[in-house]
Amino acid sequence: MKKVLTGNFAAAYGATAARVNVIAAYPITPQTTIVEILSEIVANGELKAEFVKVESEHSALAACIGAQAVGARTFTATSAQGLALMHELIHWSARARLPIVMANVNRAMAPGWSIWADATDSISERDTGWMQIYCENNQEVFDSILMSYKIGENPDIMLPTLVNLDAFFLSHTSQVVDLYSPEEIDAFLPSYKPEHILDPDKPSSFGALTSPEHYYEFSYKIQKAHEEAKKVIQTVAGEFQKTFGRFYGLVDPYRCEDAECVLVCYGTIAGTAKEAVDALRETGVKAGVLRIRYFRPFPGEEIRRILEHVPKVGVIDRSISYGNRGPFFTETRDCLSGVQAGLYGFIAGLGGRDVSLKDIQGMVDIMRKDTPNPLIWIGVKDVC
Amino acid sequence: MVEIRFHGRGGQGAVKGSDILAMAAFKEGKEVQAFPSFGVERRGAPVTAFTRISDTPIRIHCYIYDPDILVILDPTLIGAVPLTDGLKPGGKVILNTSRQPVDFSFPATREPKIYTVDCSSIAVRYGLGTPQAPIINTAILGSVAKATGLVSIESVMEAIQEKIPHRSAENAKAAREAFDETRD
Repeated sequence: MKKVLTGNFAAAYGATAARVNVIAAYPITPQTTIVEILSEIVANGELKAEFVKVESEHSALAACIGAQAVGARTFTATSAQGLALMHELIHWSARARLPIVMANVNRAMAPGWSIWADATDSISERDTGWMQIYCENNQEVFDSILMSYKIGENPDIMLPTLVNLDAFFLSHTSQVVDLYSPEEIDAFLPSYKPEHILDPDKPSSFGALTSPEHYYEFSYKIQKAHEEAKKVIQTVAGEFQKTFGRFYGLVDPYRCEDAECVLVCYGTIAGTAKEAVDALRETGVKAGVLRIRYFRPFPGEEIRRILEHVPKVGVIDRSISYGNRGPFFTETRDCLSGVQAGLYGFIAGLGGRDVSLKDIQGMVDIMRKDTPNPLIWIGVKDVC
Repeated sequence: MVEIRFHGRGGQGAVKGSDILAMAAFKEGKEVQAFPSFGVERRGAPVTAFTRISDTPIRIHCYIYDPDILVILDPTLIGAVPLTDGLKPGGKVILNTSRQPVDFSFPATREPKIYTVDCSSIAVRYGLGTPQAPIINTAILGSVAKATGLVSIESVMEAIQEKIPHRSAENAKAAREAFDETRD
C-alpha cells in the first residue's frame, strides 16, 4: 500500500512494521513526530508494544538496553543534543551486542541553536560500534529500519544500527512511500530470538568486570562483526529486493562507469546530486554520484572498486571534523590510498543551509578547472 | 516535473496547503514531494512552502528556486518578499485578492499569467479561521486546480477531506467555490 508520508512517519511506520516490543523515546525537534505517532499507534492497540515514557534520552536508551537484554526488540529515536546525551549508552549498547535500532534525525549541534540538517551529531558517534546508515528518501527510511533489525539480529552480527535521516529534508518532507503488506514483512523479518538473554531461571550477566585478559578480544570480535556485517548487508539486500523489489547495498553508485568526475555524498544531497549529474551529462560532462549508505561498517573496498579508475573524486560533507577535513572525505581518501585520483573535499549544507543544483554543478566546475584541494567551503559568506 | 512555490504568512496554512496539493496529485497517480521552508514559523511572518509533482520518482531535495507556479496567499507580501524570483517565463501566479488580474504587474521578463480569487471572503463565508485571520489554504487550492489543470477539483476536495479533520466539508466546499470564482 502506497501512502504520502513524511520521513518521521516513515520511521514510525518502519518500527511498527518491524513489530517492535518496546519503544522508549524522548521528544526533540525535529524528531518529535516519530515519538508522537508511535505513542498513538501503541495507545490505540495497532502495535502490541510497551511504550516507556522517560525523562531524558539517556534514560530512553537505558530502557532499550534493559528490554533488549531480556529478549525484546526495541526502538528509539532522537536528534542532535539528544543523541549526544545518550553517548555513554551508545557505547554500552554496542559493546553489550544489543541489536537496537534507532532513528536519528540529523540535526546540527548547538550553539548556535539550530534545528536544521547537519550530520555532525551522528558522525560524533562513529567509534561506538553502532552501524550507521544515511538515507536518501523516505522509502529508504522505512526499508532501512526493517533491514536493520534483520542485519543486526543476525547471530554473527548482534550490533545496533543508527538509521539517519536529514532534518526537514526528510523528516518533514512528504513523499510517496510503499508500506508493503504485513504478511510480506513478517515473512522477511521473523521475530527476535537471541541466543543469550537475561533470564532469572538461567542466571547470567551482561557487561560484568572484564580484565585485560578478555577486553581486547571483546573489541576484536566487534570489529570482526562489522567486517562480517558487510556480507550480511549484501545478503539481506538481496532478500529484500526479491521480496519488495528495491535494492539497498553498502553504497549506491549512479552513472559512475565512464565518469571523469564523481561526487561522493550521503543523505539527501545525493538525490540532488543525481539530478545535477543528469543535467551535466546532457551538456557532455561525464559526471557520476557515489552515495555512501553505510558509514559503519565503512565500505572501503566497494568505494575503491568503483572509484579506482575515476580521474577526479569530490566528497561532499554535511559535517566537519574541526581541525581536519570533512569526515567522509578523510575516510574516502583512506580507502583510495595509492589511487591516482585528484581529490576534492567540499563542506556544504551545515546547519541546514540548502545545497542546490547550482551548488553541486559549481562543485563539478571546481573539480574540472582547479587543482585538488581537500577542504573547500561552498557558499561561505564574508565573515571577516 | 512541475514545481510550485507557496508564499503566505504564518497561520494562513501555506505548509498544509502544499501538502494537500501533493496528496491530490498522488491520488491521480503522480509522484509527489511537499515540504516547508523549515523556519520556526510565527503567526504573521512570511512563510514559504514547496510542492513538486512528477510522472517519475522525485530525487531532488533542495528548495525550489525556479518555480513553474507561484501561489500567493497574502497580497501584502508583494513588494515585501522577492516573490517572483526565479519564476519561469510564462509561469503562472495565483493570488488571493479581491482585485482583478490586470491590477497586478510583475517583471515583464517573467510574463506570468495571473489569476486572482478572493479566498479570504470565501473562507470567511465558510467559517474557516476568523474574519480577521481567515484560513485560506484549502480555498486557494481550488484556484490552483482551475488555473493549472495539474489536478482535478475532485481530487483536491478529496485530499482536503482526508487531510483536514476539522470542518472538512466546509474546507472542500471553499475549494470548489474558489475553483468557480477564479479570474484570469
